[in-house]
Amino acid sequence: MKTPIATSEQKQSIPKKETDTILKVSNLSIFYGSNQAVKHATFDIDKNKVTALIGPSGCGKSTFLRSINRMNDLIPIARSEGEIMYEDVNILNKNINVVALRKEIGMVFQKPNPFPKSIYNNIAHALKFYGIQKKKVVDEIVEESLKKSALWDEVKDRLHESAFSLSGGQQQRLCIARTLAMKPNVLLLDEPSSALDPISNAKIEELILQLKDEFSIVIVTHNMQQASRISDKTAFFLNGDVVEYDRTETIFTNPSQQKTEDYISGRFG
Amino acid sequence: MNSRVADRIATGVLIGLATIIVVLLVGLFSYILAKGIPNISWSFLTSPSSTVQAGGGIRDQLFNSFYILFITMLITVPLGVLGGIYMAEYAQPGKITHFIRSCIEMLASLPSIVVGMFGLLIFVNTIGWGYTIIGGALALTIFNIPVMVRVSEDAVRSVPSEQKEASLALGITHWHTIKTVLIPAAFPGILTGAILASGRVFGEAAALLFTAGLSTPKLNYMNWNPFSETSPLNIFRPAETLSVHIWEINTQGIIPDVEEVANGASAVLVLSVLLFNLLARWLGSTIHKKITASK
Amino acid sequence: MENTTTSARERLVKSNKNKSNGELRGKMIVTLSAIIMITATVAITVFLATKGLQAFLVNGVSPIEFLTSTDWNPTDEGNPKFGAFPFIYGSLAVTLLSALIAAPIGIGAAIFMTEIAPAWGRKILQPVIELLVGIPSVVYGFIGLTVLVPFIRNQFDGIGYSLLAGTIVLSVMILPTITTIATDAMGTLPRNLREGSYALGATRWQTIRKVLVPAALPSLLTAIVLGMARAFGEALAVQMVIGNSRAIPSSILDTSATLTSIITLNMGYTTYGSVENNTLWSMGLILLIISFVFILIIRYLSSRRRI
Repeated sequence: MKTPIATSEQKQSIPKKETDTILKVSNLSIFYGSNQAVKHATFDIDKNKVTALIGPSGCGKSTFLRSINRMNDLIPIARSEGEIMYEDVNILNKNINVVALRKEIGMVFQKPNPFPKSIYNNIAHALKFYGIQKKKVVDEIVEESLKKSALWDEVKDRLHESAFSLSGGQQQRLCIARTLAMKPNVLLLDEPSSALDPISNAKIEELILQLKDEFSIVIVTHNMQQASRISDKTAFFLNGDVVEYDRTETIFTNPSQQKTEDYISGRFG
Repeated sequence: MNSRVADRIATGVLIGLATIIVVLLVGLFSYILAKGIPNISWSFLTSPSSTVQAGGGIRDQLFNSFYILFITMLITVPLGVLGGIYMAEYAQPGKITHFIRSCIEMLASLPSIVVGMFGLLIFVNTIGWGYTIIGGALALTIFNIPVMVRVSEDAVRSVPSEQKEASLALGITHWHTIKTVLIPAAFPGILTGAILASGRVFGEAAALLFTAGLSTPKLNYMNWNPFSETSPLNIFRPAETLSVHIWEINTQGIIPDVEEVANGASAVLVLSVLLFNLLARWLGSTIHKKITASK
Repeated sequence: MENTTTSARERLVKSNKNKSNGELRGKMIVTLSAIIMITATVAITVFLATKGLQAFLVNGVSPIEFLTSTDWNPTDEGNPKFGAFPFIYGSLAVTLLSALIAAPIGIGAAIFMTEIAPAWGRKILQPVIELLVGIPSVVYGFIGLTVLVPFIRNQFDGIGYSLLAGTIVLSVMILPTITTIATDAMGTLPRNLREGSYALGATRWQTIRKVLVPAALPSLLTAIVLGMARAFGEALAVQMVIGNSRAIPSSILDTSATLTSIITLNMGYTTYGSVENNTLWSMGLILLIISFVFILIIRYLSSRRRI
């Protein structure tokens, strides 16, 4: 993607590198029936950065994340207002082809959910759907994605074994790999390491830092240390409101809102 | 009466009632098998039945039973699986879905003789096929479709939603997700259900009486041309199945060895159904193990 | 990135270019299967109703006579009689009597499985019941014919073919239906129901009788109704043992006939389109209507269950 020279962001005192916006969220509200899960969220998500969404359970952060690639469409009672601009389109629009959208905005879930297929076919599954049939091309993409997700060395000799033979952490990296194979622009991670042991968790974090050069990453996390270690910006959600959104450093050292400080310092949640 | 004594008596009665069921089954099975197996021989299974003399076999009836079952499942399984997918994945809660459910419920509760009458009215008389294998198979399809829809719907619904989400999140369409993720994952359940349903179809007689008929033309098992009148594969010929045969020789037949033939045929029928049951269990658990195997 | 050249609008907004034909086709195929099921149901209802009414509308058989008269003599040249009441009576009699036998045994076994021996009772009885379901109805009829009928003949006066024989055969046939559904009903009762009762010092039997059975009652009744629906519609097994006589039985040892047994017996021997044949279709229509009624009863029971 061509990167136009950033102008407006500079006055927000985000220093050093020029930053571009990938998603512009404005006045986004999401409802489950009559219950409002996200209230008038407005903020920009940076390109090629890691944006963390933190907050106590049920604060709307996962709902928010799932609206970015329209996974909320699966819930019949969910509806949304406002807009999320992605380049020149509002992805919440009815006329959006959600299938094409999800290819560009990939998602990895909390619980590793590989298909009951071989490691290789977990990645080839979506490629086949997109008409990529040639074995050589598929082989290449499989290898490339597994390398990107730092799994290649561990599985290269057993690509045709069941994905269920992998450990939980490996399974999650496989899920990341199969999403990367779609060459998305945005990667949505919904608490990707909360179900994993500390070592696997560390590997995933390391991986996220490597991936941000190539992808814009939005990650929901319960783990505030994780947010502070890997993210560039952090949004703090509480009861559906975006209480504060700022550079991660600022959020964790000098938040402007009392509620944020209370949450960060562990007074609730 | 002391409540403790009442409790003891009641427990005894309940155990007694449960025992009745077990004794009943053991009794029935041992009776059927003890009476029937001595009559089963290679020649019994491979010689044609006789209309007047003793010593007839059940070759054609056995073939017809399997063939009608095969044709029935050929129609029912795709239709039932698609119907199950519709109910599990596409049906929106509302009046239409409610109506479809009512239709399925009604089909499920139709007495099989009524299904047979409908087949007689439509396939035999109105369309004018006469008694045919295809007419019988279509009647059995009506009888069987609610079971297949329910089995498929349950199997599709029991696929973890994470699997479906994973595929959709990769930018794969709903239909392709159904084809490549949901159906393969639901396959063991559907297969087990289909085999169990086969057992039910295999033993069904009332729906076939008026649709596939009580007779079988002379068959030439070397003739594989499905359009030839003497070919066993011809779906437009009458075909008496094993269960219909048991009914027929007992109520209308004049062969002197009714009991021997019926005993043997009953045992074959019950053993086949038993086999379907065992096969369903075995396949179900094997495939389940294979898919969820961690090594 | 591969998407650089085209704008998001071109890539992501629905258009003819990026719409998925497979998606639409898939939806059409599954919808078609749903339509087939609706069509089958409607066709069965419409065709059987039309055909079943012909005896009254075309042949002028009086519906009142058909439903209430006990005189069934369709072959009488001069003055044929079409009173189907004995068969309706026979159907109702075997249905009720077999439910009377099978319900206590089935529900008792269900209670045994869920309350007395949940661990091993179920393990033994579950496969037993599944096997009982698997025995084809003609085999039940055949065993009834070769074992039960001679037994009744030897024990009591008469020829053995009787209402009693039909009732016993049907009881065995509906036993698995009742037991399975009753077991599910008892098994899904909330745990705290039992615990609450035991905590008050009630014995197991008191708990079952005063707490569990009343709580599961709508479902238990559903089990019985489903069993009765099966008994009412069963044809061949009953026809083989009941004797198929035209008179109303005066005792359970008398021969009798049911709607299904008369249809089974006479459908092949009457000319298609004749008055007698048409009255058989009217009996089929009664079967159809009764099976609707059973559905309605079950609906009513399940609506009571939710409250």
